Amino acid sequence: MADANTSEMALFVSTARAFLDKHASLDQVRALHAEDVSFDPQWWVRAAELGWTSLLVPEELGGGSVSGDGLKDLARIAENLGHTVAPGPLHPVSIVLAGLADADNRDQHAGTIESLMSGAAVAAWAVDEPDRPFSPRQPNVIATPTTDGYRIDGVKDRVEAGAESALLLVVARGDDGPRQFLVATDAPGVTVLPQRSLDLVKRYARVRFDKVSVEASAAVGSVAQTPALLDRQAQIAVVLQCAELVGILDTVLDMTVRWALDRHSFGRPLASYQALKHRLADMKMWLEARRAITDGAVEDVAARKPDAPLTVSAAKSYLGEHATTIAHECVQLHGGIGVTWEHDLHLFLRRITLYRSMFGTPAEHHRAIYALLRNAGTAA
Amino acid sequence: MSESVDAFAKRARAWLAENMPQVDPARPPLGDRGDGAAWRRARELQKRLYAGGFAGICFPREHGGLGLDVAYQKAFDAEAFGYEMPLILNIPTFTICCAALLDAGTEAQKRQHISAALRGEEVLVQLLSEPSGGSDLAGLITRADRDGDRWVINGAKTWSTSAFAADYGLLLARTDWTVPKHEGLTMFLAPINAPGLTLRRIRQVDGSTEFCEEFFDGLRLGDDAVVGAVNQGWEVASRLLFHERRAVGHGSEFASGRGRQRSEDALIDFFALAEAAGQADDAATQDKVGRVFARRMVRDRLVDHVSWALRNGSLRPAAASIIRLFHSDVTCLEVDTAMEITGSSGVVDDDHHLLKVGERYLSRQTVALGGGSNEMARNVIGERVLGFPREYAADRGVPFNQVRHNERVRS
Repeated sequence: MADANTSEMALFVSTARAFLDKHASLDQVRALHAEDVSFDPQWWVRAAELGWTSLLVPEELGGGSVSGDGLKDLARIAENLGHTVAPGPLHPVSIVLAGLADADNRDQHAGTIESLMSGAAVAAWAVDEPDRPFSPRQPNVIATPTTDGYRIDGVKDRVEAGAESALLLVVARGDDGPRQFLVATDAPGVTVLPQRSLDLVKRYARVRFDKVSVEASAAVGSVAQTPALLDRQAQIAVVLQCAELVGILDTVLDMTVRWALDRHSFGRPLASYQALKHRLADMKMWLEARRAITDGAVEDVAARKPDAPLTVSAAKSYLGEHATTIAHECVQLHGGIGVTWEHDLHLFLRRITLYRSMFGTPAEHHRAIYALLRNAGTAA
Repeated sequence: MSESVDAFAKRARAWLAENMPQVDPARPPLGDRGDGAAWRRARELQKRLYAGGFAGICFPREHGGLGLDVAYQKAFDAEAFGYEMPLILNIPTFTICCAALLDAGTEAQKRQHISAALRGEEVLVQLLSEPSGGSDLAGLITRADRDGDRWVINGAKTWSTSAFAADYGLLLARTDWTVPKHEGLTMFLAPINAPGLTLRRIRQVDGSTEFCEEFFDGLRLGDDAVVGAVNQGWEVASRLLFHERRAVGHGSEFASGRGRQRSEDALIDFFALAEAAGQADDAATQDKVGRVFARRMVRDRLVDHVSWALRNGSLRPAAASIIRLFHSDVTCLEVDTAMEITGSSGVVDDDHHLLKVGERYLSRQTVALGGGSNEMARNVIGERVLGFPREYAADRGVPFNQVRHNERVRS
């Protein structure tokens, strides 16, 4: 049984890898950027056909995973995306699906789940707000009850793939606490303004809600359930980022190790200089540490362990601090070529830097850990 | 039918409650490795574990252990948390010396020494470093010369952890000076309390006296003291170094019980520290302390990850140095953060009694030196994990008696 699972899993990952190598290479990422395109919707439909969007959805709603642990499988996909800093809305769609699949009224949203799983529709989580740190439970966007539903007012920003999405899962403040609603981007009163990011293909958007009416059935999850749903979605968002960073950093360090072995100065390979060897040894240590804590976070979130918020924040802060350091060290070891547009390093550095500050900076996650442990009255 | 991990844990829980003393936070147990009483206490606790059938969980049955998988040891550790355990026996006796004996010792040596250690009757240490050289271990100059059917040892060793409390030491000496340095070494099991061996304790900056130096003047050993083969001592030493790297970062399955092994490493209570310094609600302090907690979580996961990868072969054995290096990284972060929060209370004694933070800071580098320096760990990771070219060495392939080396230092 375990063996069958392992070989099926290997096939699942190798199929994803082959697809990405063929249809999401670094050259293709550069080409999308040159054409000012974030991703090709048809490409996303084909990715969905490979099963990437069904992993967090339970079987009774048409989903399912290879290993039986959907988040673990999804993390492997995210890691593989990292090898070529691939385009596509895997993160926002997965976060929204995680919320929908867990919601106590998920059956009401079966149609949306189905269209997201097929890749026909894209949805994004509208959680951040202008000039505020990542704080899903404290939205300023307001949901006011009306006779047959809610009226939504306010502004969200940093919505990944906001302009490419048909639907947004909007976090808003209701009378009894935070709530989430599915809102169509073409609904009257919704204005989507694209935001540039450091990444070549990842796009974000600021979304203005001006007296936007939604039906009561647009709510995702009950009042009581929403804080837990928000926590869960935030955890999924962070572990997918971390998993993708694992793939990115593997590629970046591989490139640099190869370079250090091939490149000769003063008649010796760079890798023979102790000063450089030691820096690469540190990077190898950070690299193994980042994989270990990311695997731990995926495991804790998948199993819904009580420690999950701690492990997730540890992973996010550790990767946030060390991924950028590794990337800059790799640029330094490459020398001048490392700061050219022509060399691929900046493609990776861009996404690493983007992820460092999205869904909480290292400092914010450090403070979250402090608060969690202080309240628990224990020392880690 | 073998017992499940859960059943084992349940049985351990009941036995521990019945037989082992609970740690009283107000009166922490003796953990100072420089204190003879701590070693007598550890032997006594080990005897209890052995009598109860919970000693040497991962050591083979024929050598006095239980022959169980690491999962049982982990389950036992979880149960034993909060009980007084003989933690100072873990390093180096169990995790380094017994582990290497298991790899390289004769059947008789294993039966005698591993069993005695598990019974709490024997403490084993390493006698490796010398005053004449630190990182260049294979360049050692303590000699073992043949005299009839005996070996005669002359020379000096230093930085031997806890040797004053030990019964036997794994002693690396040069037996052939006409071959390159690695090829003329032999490992011996030497009794510590024997004529021809003089032991002295080293006092460190923080006042600790756990390390020792030993002087050999004609210590005589038989062939039964040879571990492995004559002139193949480097292979045995490599096993010691391998086990040491894992052990120092808490990555050995032969360790029993969790918790800090050195009293001066007692968990710094960062919340209490932040309170005392009036910084508990300061965002910058919360950031720094949160980073320490994050790093500890990363360390725990890294130890599991690397230990697992070493067992299944996905990382090369030299990767144990990653654990070793990370241990230094997290400890330095802890010490630095504590020092930063404490401010001047760490350097001039006041009402907060935080001078101990400053004292700990003074010996910050011990963690970056012990078990091989950080620089050696980085060499190992660079050359034997990443596969980079070796450093140039003037003594490579040269008979040792033609190599320039430091004069023997005696004081």
